[in-house]
Amino acid sequence: MTLSPSVPSRQKPFILALIGLGLVLPFAVYPVFLMKGLCFGLFAAAFNLLLGYVGLLSFGHAMFFGWSAYLTAYAAKEWGLTPEIAILLGVALATVLGAVVGWLAIRRQGIYFAMITLALAQLGFFVAVQAPMTHGEDGIQGVPRGHLFGLFDLSDTMTMYYFVLAVFVASLLFLHRVVNSPFGQVLKAIRDNEPRAVSLGYEVGRYKLIAFVLSSAFAGLAGSLKSLVFQLASLADVSWHMSGEVVLMTLLGGVGTVLGPMVGAFLVVAIQDFFAGIGSWVIIIQGVIFVVCVLLFRSGMIGVLAPWLKRRGITG
Amino acid sequence: MGDEFIVETRSLTKEFKGFVAVSDVNLRVRRHTIHALIGPNGAGKTTCFNLVTKFLTPTKGQILFNGTDITHTQPAAIARHGMVRSFQISAVFGHLTVLENVRVALQRKQGKSFQFWRSGECLNELNTRAEELIEAVGVAEYRDTPAGELSYGRKRALEIATTLALDPEMLLLDEPMAGMGAEDVRRTADLIRRVSANRTILMVEHNLSVVADLSDTITVLKLGRVLAEGSYAEISDNPEVVEAYMGSGHGAAGHG
Ligand SMILES: Nc1ncnc2c1ncn2[C@@H]1O[C@H](COP(=O)(O)OP(=O)(O)OP(=O)(O)O)[C@@H](O)[C@H]1O
Ligand SMILES: [Mg+2]
Repeated sequence: MTLSPSVPSRQKPFILALIGLGLVLPFAVYPVFLMKGLCFGLFAAAFNLLLGYVGLLSFGHAMFFGWSAYLTAYAAKEWGLTPEIAILLGVALATVLGAVVGWLAIRRQGIYFAMITLALAQLGFFVAVQAPMTHGEDGIQGVPRGHLFGLFDLSDTMTMYYFVLAVFVASLLFLHRVVNSPFGQVLKAIRDNEPRAVSLGYEVGRYKLIAFVLSSAFAGLAGSLKSLVFQLASLADVSWHMSGEVVLMTLLGGVGTVLGPMVGAFLVVAIQDFFAGIGSWVIIIQGVIFVVCVLLFRSGMIGVLAPWLKRRGITG
Repeated sequence: MGDEFIVETRSLTKEFKGFVAVSDVNLRVRRHTIHALIGPNGAGKTTCFNLVTKFLTPTKGQILFNGTDITHTQPAAIARHGMVRSFQISAVFGHLTVLENVRVALQRKQGKSFQFWRSGECLNELNTRAEELIEAVGVAEYRDTPAGELSYGRKRALEIATTLALDPEMLLLDEPMAGMGAEDVRRTADLIRRVSANRTILMVEHNLSVVADLSDTITVLKLGRVLAEGSYAEISDNPEVVEAYMGSGHGAAGHG
């Protein structure tokens, strides 16, 4: 479950192989589908930093995802800013929101923590319903993808894809670093036994807050990317369904692993795309698959594969 | 005053919804001694520990550490001032390895614990010290085993190593030997005696032969109150103490 502190030497080729796969896959698979998977994979990885490594279940992560998407979309469309600046603005907003929500929620434990994050995210949802800038039910449509750094035309699907892939890979490597940093060690200690961490002199609240802010920032980054990929920011992005979906993806893939949330996200996105034709039944099918997975593989897909990966020295 | 006694409580009282678990306790722990807190189950020993380390807020009373009033100090801050506790229920970080458990304690003084961007490699410089500590408590052979997989006795040993990693001025050990086999009890008693050289230790322990062997002073609690205090010889002569122990099935204190 936990990754060993020193990266095993055989992990590097595995990571390189995955990146290689990411580079060639859009020639075989519809790139927009892949980008959707990458955006949600990043969202789930950000969420997993909290659930898997601090043991905090946030039920309000749509707030960071959705509001970051709105601001990026608005900045790109109304202010005509370049995509990288629009994304940075979105992430900055998510970071500030994360600091506020985290500060309010972190004193509570377990289900109370989940309830406060949900309540605050609902507040964020109602603001989105009311505020003129979000265009209510319509959302912000026709967001221009623009030119990255004023150079690369992102309206070209392949260029957009490689941009999303680059951001995704860099983010996952960074999150991997966080989890294995001195800070990450303290997080895992808090997750395993909070009173003991206190008795060793750690102000656990501060560690949790920093983790919360980092998690919201990356959730925001995922939302910003998504709004550029689909050229749309809508109420669906800030709704509690979205908060629930990220929980589902993370649990499905395997909580507390670096690969798990990504696998879970692709799975959920694939299910949604595959069954898109049958309308609201997709939710039921998703639910059934979720229940089956939880019953069959209690530690998620990656949890089942872990012994196999471990034997090959890929995960520790 | 603050020099002779490292910890002092004044009229320390804790009520849980009307039930008085600790009542008017005036405890004074002399510097550089081993002080045992004993008493039948439910006497309030653990509650006392929780109060002194501020894991619980007292209903009434005052706590002094090194002459400073810490009645309103946060528990993590108390640990940083040099008073570190262990827990009655074994408290290890189950998904971290044995080595990592000790390193988490060592890394606090390294001052890099907020650096989420730094590679965990920088923790390796603590390995030598961590290895010494796990060696001292006899769990060196489990260096890379997740702590959650250790037997109960070894978890307790690991906890002591983790506590010692902070090099605390004062240690509070809540039943450090519970669940250990005879050999581990002996090893742990030796270790406690060794580390007590320039430290103060307050410990709760049911194993009375260990208490007799190690302690300079013993305080007996019963129903939240101090029943007796003194050396082992003194308290084992006290008829009230003998009765308290007979009544709770721990055997007479006099035969420890
Ligand atoms: N959080 C709590 N809420 C209510 N009552 C409590 C709480 N903590 C302890 N008590 C009660 O206070 C009394 C003292 O408990 P404490 O754990 O301090 O005893 P102890 O001397 O450590 O016993 P043992 O030898 O069994 O560990 C017990 O009757 C216990 O039920
Ligand atoms: Mg107790």
